[in-house]
Amino acid sequence: MKKSNLLKGFVLAMTASLALAGCGGNNNNNEASSSSSAPSSEAASSAVAAGGDTVKVGILHSLSGTMSISEVTVKNSELMAIKEINAKGGVLGKQIEAVVEDGASDWPTFAEKARKLISEDKVATVFGGWTSSSRKAMLPVFEELNGLLWYPVQYEGLESSPNIFYTGATTNQQIIPSVDFLLEKGKKKVFLLGSDYVFPRTANKIIKAQLAAKGGETVAEEYTPLGHTDYTTIIAKIKEAKPDVVYNTLNGDSNVAFFKQLKDAGITAADLMTISVSVAEEEVKGIGPEYLTGHLVAWDYYQTTDTPENKVFVENFKKEYGADSVTSDPMEAGYVAVYLWAAAAEKAGSFEVDKVKEAAKGIEFNAPEGKVTIDGDNQHIYKTVRIGEIKADGQIVELWNSGGPVKPDPYLTTYDWAKGLSDQ
Amino acid sequence: MEIWVSQIFNGLSVSSILLLIALGLAITFGLMRVINMAHGEFIMIGAYGAYMTQQIFKSTLPKSLFDAYFPVAILASFVIAFAIGYLLEVTLIRFLYGRPLDSLLATWGVGLMLQQLARSIFGAPNVAVASPSWLDGGLTIFTGVVLPYKRLFIIGLVALCLFAMYMYIYRSNAGRRMRAVMQNRDMAACLGISTRRVDSFTFAIGSGIAGIAGCALTLIGPIGPSIGTYYIVDAFMVVVLGGVGKLVGTVAGALGIGVFNTLFEWWTDASLGKVLVFLCIVAFLQWKPMGMFAVRTRSLD
Repeated sequence: MKKSNLLKGFVLAMTASLALAGCGGNNNNNEASSSSSAPSSEAASSAVAAGGDTVKVGILHSLSGTMSISEVTVKNSELMAIKEINAKGGVLGKQIEAVVEDGASDWPTFAEKARKLISEDKVATVFGGWTSSSRKAMLPVFEELNGLLWYPVQYEGLESSPNIFYTGATTNQQIIPSVDFLLEKGKKKVFLLGSDYVFPRTANKIIKAQLAAKGGETVAEEYTPLGHTDYTTIIAKIKEAKPDVVYNTLNGDSNVAFFKQLKDAGITAADLMTISVSVAEEEVKGIGPEYLTGHLVAWDYYQTTDTPENKVFVENFKKEYGADSVTSDPMEAGYVAVYLWAAAAEKAGSFEVDKVKEAAKGIEFNAPEGKVTIDGDNQHIYKTVRIGEIKADGQIVELWNSGGPVKPDPYLTTYDWAKGLSDQ
Repeated sequence: MEIWVSQIFNGLSVSSILLLIALGLAITFGLMRVINMAHGEFIMIGAYGAYMTQQIFKSTLPKSLFDAYFPVAILASFVIAFAIGYLLEVTLIRFLYGRPLDSLLATWGVGLMLQQLARSIFGAPNVAVASPSWLDGGLTIFTGVVLPYKRLFIIGLVALCLFAMYMYIYRSNAGRRMRAVMQNRDMAACLGISTRRVDSFTFAIGSGIAGIAGCALTLIGPIGPSIGTYYIVDAFMVVVLGGVGKLVGTVAGALGIGVFNTLFEWWTDASLGKVLVFLCIVAFLQWKPMGMFAVRTRSLD
């Protein structure tokens, strides 16, 4: 009896260690393991390690867990930008060395890894984050240690930290123009469907105010938990409410279930228009284009966007990550972030955070999406808004664009109807 | 009227899906008492089994045969999940019988490893599985009420699995040996049953059925490394509510949760609906801690 207990204990210990190895197994960087014993001194945190021929930058995305679905590809495009810049001689004569960390879809982990990157690795800047929750977890760390974060995803606005540059769209560069587009098309009765967390709830608050001010109507507002997989009841509610359009802020895997079940219920894009703000080329590939043909999306960039820079970007990306790979808005925004940081550091002649921030004001860059400019006041960037339609081959074709880059307005100060939204 | 008919059908459909994901667990947890947190990952393995079968059909066989991939995929998913389940039982689970807390932690760790393995092999983004064209569309009963073929197919598949499991557990010699071992291990061993072999096979069958569930779920849901986590809680709820160890309890549990979830979601919203269902389950278990159907046994454990 005793012997078997010993054996069981041994097996359990083995299992536990294997499980731990499984959790940490995705750190595909060479820095993390060696730096664990280095004493971290918080006082000297903003000192940037740029000695020698290299300068370190951090890349902090979820490489494991539920968000890795989206974030791994952004990491890839950021690494590609670094490789391209290095091939052209680097920044200020130094090669960029990426320290890749895994945020593991866990918001406290994002904060912890951000602290490690700044205080132990002494990176010049960090590119990372996807969900608003991960950004809000990292924000106090970057503000406390005076670090610099480039955040590449469209988000709900109402934020502007002095230590973050936002290269994704804020609401007036994605959601508000798309609602105007719908109203112009005569789609006045809107059904709001979203995942139950910060971004969809804030976005829908803005949409409701906008619809109320401009003669539209919110016929219903429904939220489902993240990872929800059964939409039959929601679809029955949509049928009952008879909206002109479903405004979809579902995030992640729920989109797959929703669109598959919508088609099964016999509803196609011709019967009911939907417009999504979290479905890009990568997601279309994962859902299956046959379920999405004809549905609309709103972003600032598509793989089909017709600029010379985008041709090169798509070509290089396919060369690097395979002919099957697609490019999407957040990937492009991550790619642009690396170039903007490099340009700001060149202009500042330094990697010091304060000098880079100062120099970043007004920097322009011919991005794959067209010209982008950093707005010095709120550290967002000017972006061109595009509404697109999903085609049977999985590509998105532009139906409408804003005609030029739109000035970022995260607090919606230029919209009368939005007064009061930002105080909440 | 239309709404009622379609909501009743939706409730049945949700129940059938719950039953499908809980059937495997009804064996590994219900009969074997292994708190199998890796159950969701066997569903994930089944889903990737369907994906791999589809890719093989796409690349090697003519297009006209493509629609035939789905029955093959169901079989392939079962076989793959069965094999991995067998391997897991032999290398790990068998050391953990009678130690529920240890098995909970160990299988949870295994689940994480399987997720990461899938991520390494297939990549982190979701993959797409095209459903066969004979399952597209639906049956129109009357105007406004469409019963999608995929949902009907899943209901049929569940009925088939249930029938096969019933025949195996209650009508075959292997099933009798299995129940004997689960109810009184020492006595069964005394009577000459190889409990080791029965354990391995039982766990593998439970895993294999989870694989079938994963394959069927590709019709209506996402296919990615972490899909198992979406189903695991529901699966446990069904088995616990129905009564651990009874197949008929699992069926009743799935029906109850499916129908009430649909109704509550219709009356309130998705988040609140789920909360109400959980509240009902908690209240019910206060009243009947053993679930709807308790196993009567003479063994003292």
